[in-house]
Amino acid sequence: MSLTWITGGSDKIEGCAPWPRFIVNDGAWLRAGDGLRDGRIALLGFWGERDAVHLALSNPALDTISVITRLCPDRRFPSIAASFSPASRLERTIGDLWGVFADGSPDPRPWLDHGCWPAAPAGVNPPRDASAPYPFLAVEGESLHQIPVGPVHAGIIEPGHFRFTASGETIVRLEERLGYVHKGIERLMQGAEIDTGARLAGRISGDSTVAYAIAFARAVESASGTVVPPRAHWLRALMAEMERIANHLGDVGAICNDAAFAAMLAPCAVLREHVLRTAGLCFGHRLMMDKVVPGGVAVDLGSDSIAAIKTLVSEIRQHLPDLIHLYDNTTSLQDRTVRTGVLRPDFAAFFGCGGPIGRASGRAVDVRRRPGYPPYDELSFDVIERQDGDVNARVWVRIEEIKQSLALISQILSRPPVGKTMTALAAPPASGGEGLALIEGFRGDIMVWVRLRADGKIDRCHPRDPSWFQWPLLEAVIEGNIVADFPLCNKSFNCSYCGHDL
Amino acid sequence: MRRIFRGLIQRPLTEPAPAPDDAALAELAQRVDMAARRTLGRSLSIREVDAGSCNGCELEIHALNNAFYDLERFGLRFVASPRHADVLLVTGPVTRNMRMALERTWRATPDPKWVVAVGECAVDGGLFAGSDAVVGGVSAVVPVDLHIRGCPPTPLAMLQGLLALLSVSASG
Repeated sequence: MSLTWITGGSDKIEGCAPWPRFIVNDGAWLRAGDGLRDGRIALLGFWGERDAVHLALSNPALDTISVITRLCPDRRFPSIAASFSPASRLERTIGDLWGVFADGSPDPRPWLDHGCWPAAPAGVNPPRDASAPYPFLAVEGESLHQIPVGPVHAGIIEPGHFRFTASGETIVRLEERLGYVHKGIERLMQGAEIDTGARLAGRISGDSTVAYAIAFARAVESASGTVVPPRAHWLRALMAEMERIANHLGDVGAICNDAAFAAMLAPCAVLREHVLRTAGLCFGHRLMMDKVVPGGVAVDLGSDSIAAIKTLVSEIRQHLPDLIHLYDNTTSLQDRTVRTGVLRPDFAAFFGCGGPIGRASGRAVDVRRRPGYPPYDELSFDVIERQDGDVNARVWVRIEEIKQSLALISQILSRPPVGKTMTALAAPPASGGEGLALIEGFRGDIMVWVRLRADGKIDRCHPRDPSWFQWPLLEAVIEGNIVADFPLCNKSFNCSYCGHDL
Repeated sequence: MRRIFRGLIQRPLTEPAPAPDDAALAELAQRVDMAARRTLGRSLSIREVDAGSCNGCELEIHALNNAFYDLERFGLRFVASPRHADVLLVTGPVTRNMRMALERTWRATPDPKWVVAVGECAVDGGLFAGSDAVVGGVSAVVPVDLHIRGCPPTPLAMLQGLLALLSVSASG
């Protein structure tokens, strides 16, 4: 299904790859909002700049992708959130960062701007008053009490604020307030060299450093028309699957630990450490930071490294059945995970929620498969899907995905293409160039859009974390659960704070 | 049961302790008050504060608790509240949005206390220095006793730094 019912008759911008971008009028802009609300299209990204706002859209199967742009010379645009609520936080962010505001917005509160900035970043808003309280949503009823948590939490995790309203033990509302780790990454990217941009992209979310580095690299390569050697694609996939295994192992252990079952955490943490050590040995960095670069990969794989990764794969394969047996046969653990924190499939679909969270609620979307990118078109793997949508389903999706990633690594090691791992970046077109990339990180689909200047520097870059479409759903799934199950629900989502706050 | 039995007969995964880092020891020796050290003995409670990191440092701090590094055998443990802590382990370039939270966490930590800044960003803002949303290194907000460098530092590097802190605190 094409998106011409939105973009038909619009001005197509030259130099956008691999998907087109159109300048649209208000009619097309509002049609997009209605299409999102009706589920005919899905939201991939929504970002702004000083004089325009952009929407990246796809049909639900991700076969067709387009970006539409509404110019905002008067710094206003018609609200998308008015018809499609998942766009709300993105609209609030556009207002905070670019001073471009949505007319008819259902929620005009600031989001990333906590009133601590010396001036609004776009230089057009006056600084907000730091002493003004943030108005949390009202909750009315008898015998309710509030539990404020964060931004500094009790565990070793990132900062964010959660405002629980509970009736006895039962949570009746959760409201999140994020933005504490906002570092101004998009502004740091503006005018930066590609190398600096790549290093920043690798630190948008440290646990997804490989996935972000691939996304940034592919966006830059599309924008400049650079063709990367096949071996680089395969090595990128190898690193990405190792990153996925390490994170899924960490999550499975941590979710069980939050149900007071440390017997799963300890062996999962040991296997995770094996993955990181093997990565350190083979690629020179335990998290594989700065190893994927625009133009290819900065490391090659010798025969010793291949042997080390094969040993790792067989070791995880050997221990995984024991862990699955332990999880599957501990009723006290399943008493906590089954039917806890249920995400309804219609909610997951409405929000375009990806990753293990979406796939545990029947949304079998995986951008490795569709729209797809090399080398996954030459590798075989299954997209894991469950319907239950509870903590248990999210654990199982991760366990099954570890198996899939192990199989992918075996395929990659069995027949990697030979040749170079790097190529010089081509010069972008004289008018600049734009690139968009979608990469499946361990949390779900990461989108990076980049526009290069003719001199090769970054004009504008917008990275969108999968967490944008997952955080709001945590508020929905927690309702009716007890306070003690919040850590369990939260860990089974494992949304990114820094990837979201940027 | 199989797992428990195997655990009994297997050699533990835990590795020998690394030697304390010399540079870290020297930095500490200048800063740590002798009288305060005596009160602590040979254990330290650590409150971790993410003041704006990319989460990379947190992943490696987590690893300190795994069976290979097993931080608790040294008397070092992570606690849930700054009120229980001797050490604040702070990561990230401090964001403007986290500045107040870090200051309040520091004030809530009873004396004597140490601040250990972890990672390149925590030294001077690292890659994020110069952003108008970032204050800079941790020492721009609270006094820092020890820096552990790296992006992120390996668990071994963190263990070396923390052991240096422990040996200085115990020698007083």
